[in-house]
Amino acid sequence: MTFAIRCEELTKTYPGKPPVEAVRGISFEVQVGECYGVLGPNGAGKTTTIEILEGLLDATSGSAEVLGMQWGRDDNAIRQRIGVSLQETRLSERLTVEETLKLFRSFYAGGISPVEAMDRVSLGEKKNAWIKNLSGGQKQRLAVATALVGDPDLIFLDEPTTGLDPSSRRELWGIIESFAAAGKTVLLTTHYMEEAERLCDRVAIFDSGKIITEGTPDGLIRSLGAEHVIEFSTDRLLNDDDIQTLRGIESVDQVELLGEDYRVSLGQPHRVLPKLINHLSANEIAMTGLTTRSASLEDVFVAKTGHKLSDD
Amino acid sequence: MHPIPAITITRLKEFVRRPEALFWVYFFPVLMIIVLGNAFQNQPIETFNVDVIENDHAASVVDQLSDQSQIKTRLVDVEESSRRLRLGKSVLAITAGPDVEGQKQLAYRFDAKRPGASTAHNTVDDILQAANGRTDVFTAETTQLEESGGTYVDFLVPGLLGIGLMGGGMWGVGFAVVDMRIRRLLKRYMATPMRRSHFLISMMLSRLVFMIPQIALTLLVAYWMFDFRIYGSVAAVVFLVVLGAFEFAAVGLMVGSRAQTIETASGLMNFVMLPMYTLCGAFFSYERFPEIFHPLIRWLPLTPIIDSLRSVMMDGESLFAQWPEILVMTIWSVIPFGIAMLIFRWRD
Repeated sequence: MTFAIRCEELTKTYPGKPPVEAVRGISFEVQVGECYGVLGPNGAGKTTTIEILEGLLDATSGSAEVLGMQWGRDDNAIRQRIGVSLQETRLSERLTVEETLKLFRSFYAGGISPVEAMDRVSLGEKKNAWIKNLSGGQKQRLAVATALVGDPDLIFLDEPTTGLDPSSRRELWGIIESFAAAGKTVLLTTHYMEEAERLCDRVAIFDSGKIITEGTPDGLIRSLGAEHVIEFSTDRLLNDDDIQTLRGIESVDQVELLGEDYRVSLGQPHRVLPKLINHLSANEIAMTGLTTRSASLEDVFVAKTGHKLSDD
Repeated sequence: MHPIPAITITRLKEFVRRPEALFWVYFFPVLMIIVLGNAFQNQPIETFNVDVIENDHAASVVDQLSDQSQIKTRLVDVEESSRRLRLGKSVLAITAGPDVEGQKQLAYRFDAKRPGASTAHNTVDDILQAANGRTDVFTAETTQLEESGGTYVDFLVPGLLGIGLMGGGMWGVGFAVVDMRIRRLLKRYMATPMRRSHFLISMMLSRLVFMIPQIALTLLVAYWMFDFRIYGSVAAVVFLVVLGAFEFAAVGLMVGSRAQTIETASGLMNFVMLPMYTLCGAFFSYERFPEIFHPLIRWLPLTPIIDSLRSVMMDGESLFAQWPEILVMTIWSVIPFGIAMLIFRWRD
């Protein structure tokens, strides 16, 4: 089996008082042709890990292999074959889309033409526009185009859709999917569950500098043992007896208080909902909010860490 | 395309697409030449404000000084005179007393450290002495310098060229790399196979290209308006200008090698540039500073480029005669570049 990325026991500690352990022993492998997602809240060590793999940061310890080569030995050869989109790079505002891509193309020994790179990210019409006049989504697509112009085998995308509106986000997903469809490898970080579920073959969930779980999105959700979630809020707190009663309902897996909402993970909502409502009304507790949905990676994160992944 | 022309061309495009930057780089030196050249070329003969303390004997002094266009007298009381001397509104105060045995009694008050005060004292004293009967022992011949090659513009042009080279290297290279670092563009470049040496060579090359119109425009305006001439070899001037450009590109690179905010970078730039504006003889000769500082001033990066350009342009000296300046400039090119390479923040 060929690996595009293989890292073992990566750590990164920033000196200081006290020292900050941004990454605390990360190991994973990404196969050629895979789209691998690194998921986690801000400060989980996602960017530090991806920048070590991009050769932009030196790990404190551990080993990283990219496309079968080692950083520190084959740097130029690796850089010729990877494409990178960093978080928040501000490209030169007074250059056009085409000029920017020509500049980046000049750094690589081989690659696709700037025109083709523009077409892949649907920026052909903006060819002669200055970057300062592009929208946020167009700038982000251009950033991805600068990663594609060297015709890489592997691209690293650090939070490619953060801050974009939903339609720009879907456009970028299409671009990433077509790159992956050509048999190329993608490593992306995100804190959007939906993005990871749609794009990634496998995901690693990061928290506090460690991988807390890894697998396919479906597999991780199934491993919860409960495919549905009911979230509700009440006018007063439930007591321990209430919680015990709810836990006793058939197919209920877990009942937790997260913030001001109760989250119930379960298998069969049509059996649980009537019993939940009966119990609350029998005890004169008013329900002030109710949602039911399928379980997501967010629930996997909650189940593993006991806290929410993000606030949005 | 090779990365060196590719980066150089994009730098040039970015530059010409900023009209305000073009203005400062290209027209500011021209403006300085026009303003300063005119100010000093048509300068009227210096006049001095002289106060005469009001008393019975003041009238004859005022009268004896009245037909001197260089001296402007004013009758004031003692208190007012002290105040005006302190504020620099007058440079000399004269108190006249009653004649004793046919001799005029006069007292001068002035601050010898104030510009013009000593000259005013000597001039006024000469006039009053002559008016009261002193005769010159001999008459000397005097010639005023008016031929070209010796005017203030001839002195100013090399100074402005030096300042232009310094500003260009500091802002065009030093500040530009800090800006790229803040925008995380340097880091983005580091994730490509771009070579650091290609990047640095391109930054310097684009500086050299921007500089050609800057220098040419300055020289042309000085020629058209003030009949400025280069007395020495043009090739020597070109050599010195290119060396000066490299020198300040290297100094700029060193200053910009670690700064991570605009504030730090601006502070460092000003810390480096402001002393040199005044110390290095761009607008007036550094010979005016105490002699013990001269060796130090000659070791600053701006002094040798201005001194050597002046020697070649004004006195027609050979390039070989400039070897001490060329040596200092070479040291300022090599060592800062080496330091910059050692400490440069490429990736964060």
